[in-house]
Amino acid sequence: MTFLRTVWGRAYPRVVGMQREKSWMLFDVFLPLLQVAAYVYIYRAIGAPPEFTGFVVLGGAMTAYWMNILWNMASQLYWEKETGNLELYIIAPTSRMAILLGMAVGGIFATTIRAVGVLGAGILVFRVPMAPTSVPALIGVFLFTLVALYGLGMLMASLFLLWGRQAWHIANLFQEPVFLVSGFYFPVRALGFLVALGASIVPITLGLDAMRQLLYPQMMEGLRFLPVGVELGALAVLGAVFLFSAHRALRFFENLARREGRLTLRGQ
Amino acid sequence: MAGREFSVETQDLTRVFRVKRREARGQGREVVALDRATLAVERGELFGVLGPNGAGKTTLIKILATLLSPTTGTARVAGVDVVENPWEVRRHIGMVSGGESSGYGLLTVEENLWMFSQFYGMRSADARERIRELLEVVGLADRAKTKIYHLSTGMRQKMNFARGFLTDPEVLFLDEPTIGLDVQTARTLRSYIREWIDEHPERTILLTTHYMYEADELCDRVAIIDRGKVLACDSPAALKRGLQGEVVFRLKVDGDRDLGPLLDGAGGIERFTHAARDGHTEIDLILGDENALVPVLSAIQGAGARLLSLEKREPTLEDVFLRLVGRSLTAEDGGGDELPRLRR
Repeated sequence: MTFLRTVWGRAYPRVVGMQREKSWMLFDVFLPLLQVAAYVYIYRAIGAPPEFTGFVVLGGAMTAYWMNILWNMASQLYWEKETGNLELYIIAPTSRMAILLGMAVGGIFATTIRAVGVLGAGILVFRVPMAPTSVPALIGVFLFTLVALYGLGMLMASLFLLWGRQAWHIANLFQEPVFLVSGFYFPVRALGFLVALGASIVPITLGLDAMRQLLYPQMMEGLRFLPVGVELGALAVLGAVFLFSAHRALRFFENLARREGRLTLRGQ
Repeated sequence: MAGREFSVETQDLTRVFRVKRREARGQGREVVALDRATLAVERGELFGVLGPNGAGKTTLIKILATLLSPTTGTARVAGVDVVENPWEVRRHIGMVSGGESSGYGLLTVEENLWMFSQFYGMRSADARERIRELLEVVGLADRAKTKIYHLSTGMRQKMNFARGFLTDPEVLFLDEPTIGLDVQTARTLRSYIREWIDEHPERTILLTTHYMYEADELCDRVAIIDRGKVLACDSPAALKRGLQGEVVFRLKVDGDRDLGPLLDGAGGIERFTHAARDGHTEIDLILGDENALVPVLSAIQGAGARLLSLEKREPTLEDVFLRLVGRSLTAEDGGGDELPRLRR
């Protein structure tokens, strides 16, 4: 019961924070839409099929999740240390995984609202065609992507437990390159099979490819990276591996940080 | 000590921090924050750890709260080893650190406290009831619905103080809980600390402070710590009784004067400090007996200084610290111009 209470307790600030700070509409919907617009107009200028607009808008919506992973999952424990919350998390008689899961649940809730905002605005503004072959499969792929993605976020959070200001640089380092290699604005197969394979360590790579296949089956026929079933299976495996690794890494790095005095050392 | 129940026990507890080469600046690359500290705190005690900034008080609490591993030595809290079983220790403890800025600015005071209560598995209804009680105690009841980014530092500290008592922990660590608070608020919190321990005789509080009067007023027993070492441990009364054979004077002379060399030359002084304050110089003396005052006064007069006041005082914990360490508790407190001296 403490586990569930912890999850809800830690999710709560993110859930209510959305309602109390409306500036996210500008920063998290309008600004990403400008980025999306740039790609949409490039595709239109070169006469690409309208489905390409759909690729971009879908990718644009999913950027919200990757940003959330980097800045509100991976590096979150660093910020918590700076504010003094981390010490209170550590001394609480509850599971660290429950705290991370609470962060993830709250993050998914808040980010989904942002993503839906980008998606909805993109569909309306750019008149994106959407014709999913299977809505349940689409939802399934989306959920598996989120589980694997937030599993990765929890694993990264445990690694960031040790780091200080480097966390900022590392999060920056992972932001733009992943937008590129994971194919946020184009089918990832365009980068070649090996690059796509390597990029699949970030679950959004597989998730985006599978969702595009389900939304635009004909267009994706020659552009798909792997069959949807394989990608779904890979996402399930990644999710399990990341969650298990996060659990182990969290304990390992917490002990290491305690020995090195990094749990309490601020301003590193 | 057979038959006594200890809530906190440490044996030769030592913590050494390694300093990065570029930060060592020619000094040693190791800092001993805690040096073979041995303490035993009985169940039901309000135990104080008194020492200046940098004495090792916070390091001690961080180890006991399972946030930091000791380099050597052992520590047990509620009978559980903090290194071998930190998970079990956490079921018994709570902690409040003075000056901490925990919580989330977008949440209200009530919501922040509720969130922390959930990490302890409290039922929401029970948590809300307890939060109401505690906000009354700390004088924040009218701020329950205020987002914490609107709170002053003092109010935020009161909220954190309330957080520490939410679950009525078996062992509560209070690390400088009144630091930076106004006099009235600090008094309110101190009074609640005493009240809480009186109402829960099976609970234990370990409180660190560098405020001598706080330790004196609140604590059943006090350990005096400096540079990581425990120098003395007893009730405040017993510690002060240790100075019984000696007399304590406070003198004020005009002007901002360096009287160190002059007092060094006077006989019969066990310890002294002197500090410039508001245009005069204040001297605290511990003398072997009252007769030793005469040469001191003569020396002051001989130096051309005018005596403004002379007060014979009852010994305080500050004097005990001065007697043990050779400098005052506040000497390294950023207080500025206090000049400690060691004689003997």
